[in-house]
Amino acid sequence: MKKNQIELQIRVPNQTRYLSLIGRLSEELAAQLQNHADDQDALANQINVVLTEALVNAIRHANANDPDEMVEIKISIADKELLLQVFDHGKGFDLDSASDTSLDTDDELEDHGRGLYIMRSLMDSVSYYPVKGGNVLEMRKKFQ
Amino acid sequence: MNLKIEDNGGVVLLVVKEERLDAHNSDYLKQELGRLFEEGKTKIVVDLKEVRFIDSSGLGALVSGFKNASSRQAALKLSSLQSQVKSMFELTRLHRVFDIYTTVDEAIEAF
Repeated sequence: MKKNQIELQIRVPNQTRYLSLIGRLSEELAAQLQNHADDQDALANQINVVLTEALVNAIRHANANDPDEMVEIKISIADKELLLQVFDHGKGFDLDSASDTSLDTDDELEDHGRGLYIMRSLMDSVSYYPVKGGNVLEMRKKFQ
Repeated sequence: MNLKIEDNGGVVLLVVKEERLDAHNSDYLKQELGRLFEEGKTKIVVDLKEVRFIDSSGLGALVSGFKNASSRQAALKLSSLQSQVKSMFELTRLHRVFDIYTTVDEAIEAF
């Protein structure tokens, strides 16, 4: 672990009722990033949003809504980078072929497909790859 | 999900009494909007004054309501967006789709 790094690992059942708990925790952690954003509230909300989107992907798609499954969240804050990881234990999904509303006029009124767009817009990188026992959705954001 | 629904001189005011509108509770909002349109309501204001956080599912529920209204020649307007909620509408460009008002009164008067 790097010097001055904060790391938080949370494990919750594969249920959307835990979204608000994870959201609140992530906003509290964002308050530690005092020197990394002009608008602290906006950054806290962005972290809350991208973690919520990643968790919903894990709960509904990767873990196929199985309430007995678990999802793990790891938040790492170093001097110059924020790393968010959401681990599932399912078969996974293809991130590139996942619905991604491009916000063209035709797509603007789709009910679904904004989650991936939101994650990609608010973070510097979004990737999804297999790990032992499942998959991880990984998001990084660099600070100036 | 905690919703307050009242009739205001022919305009239905639906107040979302939740801090978060997300994948956990947004289906209920979508169903309630659907039920109101099924009942023949044509003017609905969704007040988001208490909502501090919205995700893509919450936005999707409102988009569903908007489309439902458009297909029935009814209208759905939004009011009282907090700053972070407004940011999500702007990020997804949905602020160009919805009629959004600063206060409930302005939204109701706009019908």
